[in-house]
Amino acid sequence: MIRLVLPPHLRMLARVHGEVELDIRGPVTRAAVLDALEASYPMLRGTIRDHVTERRRPFLRFFACQRDLTHEPADAPLPDAVATGVEPFLVIGAIAGG
Amino acid sequence: MSGVRVLVGTRKGAFVLTSDGKRTGWNVSGPHFAGWEIYHLKGSPADPDRLYASQSSGWFGQVMQRSCDGGKTWETPGGVLDKTPEGFPKGESNKFVYDVSPETGKPLTTHQWYDGTQHPWEFKRVWHLEPSHTDPDAVYAGVEDAALFRTSDGGKTWMELAGLRGHGTGPKWQPGAGGMCLHSILLDPRNPKRIFVAISAAGAFRSDDAGKTWKPINRGLRSQYIPDPTAEIGHCVHRIALHPSRPNVLFMQKHWDVMRSDDAGDTWREISGNLPTDFGFVIDVHAHEPETIYVLPIKSDSEHYVPDGKLRVYRSRSGGNEWEPLTKGLPQRDCYVNVLRDAMAVDSLDPCGVYFGTTGGQVYASADAGDSWAPIVRDLPAVLSVEVQALP
Repeated sequence: MIRLVLPPHLRMLARVHGEVELDIRGPVTRAAVLDALEASYPMLRGTIRDHVTERRRPFLRFFACQRDLTHEPADAPLPDAVATGVEPFLVIGAIAGG
Repeated sequence: MSGVRVLVGTRKGAFVLTSDGKRTGWNVSGPHFAGWEIYHLKGSPADPDRLYASQSSGWFGQVMQRSCDGGKTWETPGGVLDKTPEGFPKGESNKFVYDVSPETGKPLTTHQWYDGTQHPWEFKRVWHLEPSHTDPDAVYAGVEDAALFRTSDGGKTWMELAGLRGHGTGPKWQPGAGGMCLHSILLDPRNPKRIFVAISAAGAFRSDDAGKTWKPINRGLRSQYIPDPTAEIGHCVHRIALHPSRPNVLFMQKHWDVMRSDDAGDTWREISGNLPTDFGFVIDVHAHEPETIYVLPIKSDSEHYVPDGKLRVYRSRSGGNEWEPLTKGLPQRDCYVNVLRDAMAVDSLDPCGVYFGTTGGQVYASADAGDSWAPIVRDLPAVLSVEVQALP
């Protein structure tokens, strides 16, 4: 089971509290995690990656295991600790504004 | 009528304000969608409990929200798990995709960018929602970059009315300081095939065939900030309004100038008259007096606040040119707020109620057609839009 942490705005939109757990069959990649997330929570489609291009929204980052994975390829395997559910995969809204 | 419901969109959520027909005591509900920008929310004339809201964020993009119980609960249309016959989830919410050329598959057109080059259309957000007069599931959406979309399934899917961007003047449209947005949509209550829209900074447009084809309707506008002040395209229209009983008469608050058309936009004439400044954003028409109109003058395009520190609505009972300041109950010193283009509305009670919201977070109401005012709330986030429904 993959553990996913969403930023507060998206937790509110998806009406979830705390972490989201996702069951992924096959290689655990960022694309697979987001596919599974959007399949379970369709209201999140378009909020993390563009509807058409599937590119990451500019102000969002992806962290896991104390690493910034934002610029890793979407189909690259995520760390084993994420794939095995030891560590969560974090979607982070970039800090901005005043 | 049993009461009114005022729908307020702000920089940090939506609020629903309700009152009985006296409009003196108010109940405040919200924030809904806390932390999100709510550019606009509006109820269906065909079903007052059906509301639509545009929820957006610089981080997370556009989300559409719908309520079927007058704003008590909300849902994202298409945002629930809905399986195809093959068993796959098919949620399709919040998706606004511009049409492409059917011949080439390439973008339909480009628009003028700040540096004078041509730039592709890029969807950013929904500025304005205009529900159909007759069908609660049908809604028009005015978006940035400027285009008109329509849903006929209650907001699950949105299709572009691409004849607007594709009619030929698109490459001359350009963004203003607030972006290139389609912010005004007027549906002719007598002629379901007639639609008016306005775009900053392109101008006003009309369709007489339910949105298939469009033409610019900007003759008579004069804008000193464009190379040809009387050009067909390029005018920064801030808002247009009409009275349902006389849909051929249009009123316009342009960047500068308050304008009027008596021929459905074919020609315009200035009616700024004795206003202290003719810059502003909002304009609206009294619910029962088609010649009574309201504006809220703003000092200038470089000083986006009311002149002289005084918050004054101006009313004309003669269809323009002769204006009277309405000040009773409004702050008349040290006030420096703005009132944005979608932030004024009128109700259909008698006497007509008038409402507006400020960038300072106040929502003011008048239950006597503007003669006197009182704040409903004083300390909301900056107000982006105000709509009102008279409830049966």
